[in-house]
Amino acid sequence: MPDHDIALMAHLLRRAGFGASRAELEARVAQGYEATVEELLHPERQPELDEDILYRYFPNLEGPLAPVQAQTNWVYRMINTPRPLEEKMALFWHQLFATGNSKIDNPPELLQQIAMFRRRGLGSFRDLLVELAKNPAMLFWLDNNGNHRGAINENWGRELLELFSMGVGNYSEDDIKEASRAFTGWTIGPKLPRLPLGRFYWSFAYKPEDHDDGEKTFLGHTGRLNGEDIIDIVVQQPATARFLARHLYNFFVADEPQVPSWNITPPGNPEAIRTLEQAYTASHYDIRAVLRVLFLSDFFKQARFARVKSPAELVIGTVRLAGSFAAPRLGFQDLAWECNYQGQELLNPPSVESWHTGPEWIDGGALVRRVNFTAKFLGDTSLPGIRAIIDRLRERGTQSPAAFVNGCLDLLGPLEVSEQTRRELLAQAEEDGDLRWGTEQECSASAQRVSVMLALIGASREYQFA
Amino acid sequence: MASTSSDPVVVVLQLTGANDYLNTVIPYTNSLYRDNRPNVGVPEDKVLPINDTLAFHPNMGPVKKLYDEGKVAIIHGIGYANSPRSHFRSMDIWHTCEPDRVGTEGWAGRVIRDLDPTGENVLKGVNFGQGLPRAMVVRGVPVTSVSDLASYGVLTGVPAISGEQEKTRVLERFARMYAPAIGTGPVMDYLGQTGQDVLKGVDILKTAPQQYTSTVQYADTPVAKNLRNIAQVYLGNLGTQLFYTAHGSFDTHFNQVPMHNKLWIDVSTALENFFDDLREHNAGDNLIMVLFTEFGRRVHDNGTGTDHGAGGVAFVIGNRVKGGMYSEYPSLRPADLQQGDLAPNYDFRGFYATVVEQWLGLDPVPIVGGNFEQLDFVS
Repeated sequence: MPDHDIALMAHLLRRAGFGASRAELEARVAQGYEATVEELLHPERQPELDEDILYRYFPNLEGPLAPVQAQTNWVYRMINTPRPLEEKMALFWHQLFATGNSKIDNPPELLQQIAMFRRRGLGSFRDLLVELAKNPAMLFWLDNNGNHRGAINENWGRELLELFSMGVGNYSEDDIKEASRAFTGWTIGPKLPRLPLGRFYWSFAYKPEDHDDGEKTFLGHTGRLNGEDIIDIVVQQPATARFLARHLYNFFVADEPQVPSWNITPPGNPEAIRTLEQAYTASHYDIRAVLRVLFLSDFFKQARFARVKSPAELVIGTVRLAGSFAAPRLGFQDLAWECNYQGQELLNPPSVESWHTGPEWIDGGALVRRVNFTAKFLGDTSLPGIRAIIDRLRERGTQSPAAFVNGCLDLLGPLEVSEQTRRELLAQAEEDGDLRWGTEQECSASAQRVSVMLALIGASREYQFA
Repeated sequence: MASTSSDPVVVVLQLTGANDYLNTVIPYTNSLYRDNRPNVGVPEDKVLPINDTLAFHPNMGPVKKLYDEGKVAIIHGIGYANSPRSHFRSMDIWHTCEPDRVGTEGWAGRVIRDLDPTGENVLKGVNFGQGLPRAMVVRGVPVTSVSDLASYGVLTGVPAISGEQEKTRVLERFARMYAPAIGTGPVMDYLGQTGQDVLKGVDILKTAPQQYTSTVQYADTPVAKNLRNIAQVYLGNLGTQLFYTAHGSFDTHFNQVPMHNKLWIDVSTALENFFDDLREHNAGDNLIMVLFTEFGRRVHDNGTGTDHGAGGVAFVIGNRVKGGMYSEYPSLRPADLQQGDLAPNYDFRGFYATVVEQWLGLDPVPIVGGNFEQLDFVS
């Protein structure tokens, strides 16, 4: 099987999912790249995650009250979903429409929002924004429940335009006020007490008596606009096409400068952004269509290791590689904590402006955690994914130190490393000469050597990139 | 800024989960206290009186002793208006000094930046615990987070890498893998620099336990372990000026009496160990410790516990603290309560500002986000 095909498929699955084992990569290469893209784009053709199993083992993860339990619920899904892109899109939308428990203080409502991203995340951007505007966690997060006829609260109106669709510089303060007026009366329904029947989810309510039905002018359109009309206008804007294209590029293709600088810093690859904008407009705002263009494009295929992994990508990708969390067991909660410690508290972004991405994921504390976490898993010969790597190397028989290093890099990615890194890995391999599998003793010594090598590769700078 | 052993040092001990003010500094002679705390009230004959009206919790003997030596300032009624009564939101407010919007920069991170604007000492701010508290997070400000000093390091806890020789060898390779190289691009350069900084921090931190000896036997609790680690780094004179650690959970909705008893025996004992240790080393004149919690708890108990409240209490401890009480104990009269909670009467940002300006000598306005009434507890 050509190495290039494996490398490309591994790239696709790191980006459109959370990575895959070598066996899965081989199966997918046999199936073909385009067919795999199509399969990923249609999660509904795959079974849903088996929630019964999840909640049978972890009843406390259903409607969890503690934030870390909600995070664990999501981490479990990211690792074990049969629909990788659906889950990756949920993470994308969470990072874009950043809603945090620091204010919501209600983890089950945040999980509801994530579930909504799963349902809507690959469809029409217009429908997604409408549903987002009605999402109770979002209504509360951006105070639209305090946005009343005659007494507007601009929080949602402003962020819808600034952070969720168009970006600064593409609308006026008046547009924000008019948009806010249009969303008056969009609120949360009466909350039911938890006792005696158990908890009830919050609901959306439209209160016509609190809705400002007067004439409004928004981005040049005049009429008795309601919230849906605002969204209809927003999604048509070239600024929206561009903003969304840059977000998708930043998340799936290559690190871009931080979002607040976008109105002054041009994209790294303007041609690619134009291609995505055109796909957005031509498809009438269909996310699936935009992603199809993205994954099939040369700019995507050529962007291997052009992004720094987010903590969630690093943690989930590593345990998937190690194959140790493929079924319910203890320890999922530790993985949720690990994301937190590495700087990505899922369901609790630092603010509505979300996390800073790319190299800003990494500071000294985060780097220590990333390196130690990865090395712990990749350097553990008892884990099935690591055993599988050892077995594959063993099938290749006696290997020179260079072949040993290449084999490990190949099976961990394939990963591309700098000369500097390769030199150190080679020096490590040369310490004990050829890798041999003749006797029982040689096998166990070689397995040990492989695990040290894998840990060292996991600790490298190169492993920090997706 | 070159650090000398006389640079001022702050240790922040966060009491996570909302410590019950009323059962920490107890208005033991107030009949309203008895009325409101039928189940979780501390009996009058058990408390440790400070004066005719207020007393420490029975397990706060070591704090009382330090108080009697004039080394403890009690800050009454601390908080901010419109308490959200949410742990997460409130802790966020304490961390970012942003009560009205969701902030992203931590006050302690801003302190570290202003103490060391060029990020010269990667140990200027050190957190002991898992993950960085938001208080210390400011983009571009290097801070170090240590879960356990003894095992802190790169590539520790890897099953495959065993034996000192192997560890050393692998670590040397790691250092060379992160060494500066030409032409690898800005992100790789940044990662390399970060890796080098980490190794530098690890190497310096490693020296602290090696240099440290003490006859003080710290208690076997997480808070005592963290304070011992702080003492080791502080006494190692590594230029750290801001230490941070947390203990909890003080969220005593249920079964409060035994929980709160245990929490305060652990905290008090750890404090006693820590200050004994400093005394043994004839150190501590340039150090103050700040204890805070996100809010106090409901005045009336809920059966066996207490729910989320508003006004709380903070403490400052140190040789150069003017001991005594600051601000006022909020009234317990029903008409004065806010939704059943003590009304905060002193803004926590003034408390931080006092530490920032009077102790650390920095401009507090950009750090705490404005001008707030300061107190007089720094001597």
